[in-house]
Amino acid sequence: MTESVIHAKGLVKQFGDLKAIDNLDLDVEQGQIYGFLGPNGCGKTTAIRMLTGLLKPTSGDINVLGLSLPKDAEKLRTQLGYMTQKFSLYSDLTVLENLKFMAALYPFKKQQKQQRIDELLHTYGLDQRVDQMAGSMSGGQRQRLALAAAVINKPKILFLDEPTSAVDPQNRRDFWETLFDLSNAGTTILVTTHYMDEAERCHRLAILESGIKRADGSPKQLMTDMHAHVVEIAGAQTRELKKQLATIDHVISATQLGAQLRVLVKKDVQDPVEFIKQQSFCQDTWQVNSVRPSLEDVFVTCTGQGRQ
Amino acid sequence: MSIVTSLSRIKAIVSKELLQLRRDRMTFAMVVMIPLIQLILFGYAINTNVKDIPVAVVDHSQTALSRILVQTVSATNVVKVTDYYDSIEQAQTAIASAKVRAVLFIPHDVANRLAQHPTVGFGLPDGSNESLVRPIAHWLVDGSDTMVASSIKSLRNMPLAELLDKPANRTYPTFETTLFYNPEQRSAVNIVPGLAAVILTMTMIMFTSAAIVKEQERGNMELLITLPLSSLELMIGKVVPYIFIGFIQLFIILGMGKLLFHIPFGGGLVALVVATFAFICASLVLGLVLSTIAKNQLQAMQMTIFILLPSILLSGFVFPYEGMPKAAQWLAECLPATHYLRLIRGIVLKDVNLISMSSDLLWLLAFTILGLAVAAFRFKKTLD
Repeated sequence: MTESVIHAKGLVKQFGDLKAIDNLDLDVEQGQIYGFLGPNGCGKTTAIRMLTGLLKPTSGDINVLGLSLPKDAEKLRTQLGYMTQKFSLYSDLTVLENLKFMAALYPFKKQQKQQRIDELLHTYGLDQRVDQMAGSMSGGQRQRLALAAAVINKPKILFLDEPTSAVDPQNRRDFWETLFDLSNAGTTILVTTHYMDEAERCHRLAILESGIKRADGSPKQLMTDMHAHVVEIAGAQTRELKKQLATIDHVISATQLGAQLRVLVKKDVQDPVEFIKQQSFCQDTWQVNSVRPSLEDVFVTCTGQGRQ
Repeated sequence: MSIVTSLSRIKAIVSKELLQLRRDRMTFAMVVMIPLIQLILFGYAINTNVKDIPVAVVDHSQTALSRILVQTVSATNVVKVTDYYDSIEQAQTAIASAKVRAVLFIPHDVANRLAQHPTVGFGLPDGSNESLVRPIAHWLVDGSDTMVASSIKSLRNMPLAELLDKPANRTYPTFETTLFYNPEQRSAVNIVPGLAAVILTMTMIMFTSAAIVKEQERGNMELLITLPLSSLELMIGKVVPYIFIGFIQLFIILGMGKLLFHIPFGGGLVALVVATFAFICASLVLGLVLSTIAKNQLQAMQMTIFILLPSILLSGFVFPYEGMPKAAQWLAECLPATHYLRLIRGIVLKDVNLISMSSDLLWLLAFTILGLAVAAFRFKKTLD
């Protein structure tokens, strides 16, 4: 049994009339990569800020690494790493100057400091760009620099707020490789995202919507436990069909994917393929197949009620 | 231990600020150019010794005497005769259109009037009344600028010695006057140390009022709040680099003041450094407080000007502090510039020691500490 390093219970954050986070419970085990999946404005950043002690919760208990927040926020700070959503290092300083500035804020011994910076430059492929201004680097390079800066103090927990929003798919893959290296070395990582492929890589996932946790578990478990069948329909006039499907009670949603329609049917229907075929507007030329659910299907079934 | 780590964190902020400042050519140029240009501009331009006021003459007498009279008046250097008119009406139009600032009207009987004038020595004819004594000529003055007007008014009792080539019936002064510190009454002597106060107010508040806002606008604040760095450490780290810059500017102002305007430098260096240090800190901290209020750099700049104007007008730089109404004096007492102006004029011109001006110095230090606390507190509040 691995220990829980982040533990939150009944977390609420109220901004005026808006409930940004509503009764959030959370347990993250050591070494896990834990994902917050949710649309923009669902409270992901607010949740992270409370878990790092930057925001005071309106009510609820937080315990991170055995320290109670927000009381012990200052003690905790040296053990955390935080990579912000926007690039927040200094664009008018070079790669090396930025890292030196960060290192100077942590209690390093002189020799250790230089050693750690060299190590990071090497690990994150920045050795060639030591004297380049951070502002003149590409999105991928900047993101590597930001990660290097966030882990300069070898944090026990690393918080990443939409880390790959400004990065191309190849860079995103490489970035996740480094995250798994960190996780393998024992770092707990909490990452927010609105990309499905990214969410699917997490060990565990919480789906957030309007500050409420709709579901959590491993991506696989979430897909298995989903409250819907997934049916794919291939045929002509899919746009017309989509409109008609939307009028049926048992259909949660219908989305077009290329030439096909992906339809989510409620779990209380026994045989979804037969169910579709029995509809009055159904034509014999159509191919109807039951398929494996994806994380996007999970996301769509969990959310949507409270949208607006 | 915690003080040592705290100091090293402040050092990290300071060296970061210095690096950024070095790259910011425009700001760096301003550090040097603002004191240099303003000193040259104001040192020469702000001149309260009025000279060569353009005036016109309306001479109805057209005699040798009237010409000598005009020459004698010109010889004072207070006025410079630029035009001659035939009638008073023409002269008045010239005043209205600001061609000249005053007109000397010489009546046709100027010789008679002079002969009867008691100061010249002939005295009045027997049996005549004192009240019949008439001035020999008449000044019509544009009174809108009080400085110009009072300079011409000072010509009212001009001795007429040269006019008659005999010693004047000199009046004996009631008071003997001895002028300390600025015996030649040059304005530059008073203005240059005052400029140090004004320029430092401007640049110091300007630099730090943008400091916090800039971090916010560029998105660096997101990072700073996540770091193990207290808001007080951040504030101190932001202020320290500009202390050096303040001293560079002071050096430029006083150095150029000595070179260009021969300002006598009487005071002790230690006193100067201590007083300037206190003032720079107070101004920087005031800028920081503004920075925690402003939402963007434009607002920060507007607030800087809001502080700068009263610092110029009320501090005693332009108008003597003693002449201001009570309410304005209280307001002036709140501004760091007022206290520094007294200190630096005292130190540079009169070699006053700091102990006798300790109240001004203490006020600046108290302002600094209070301001730093307010800035750190306000900064903390913006997080939540």
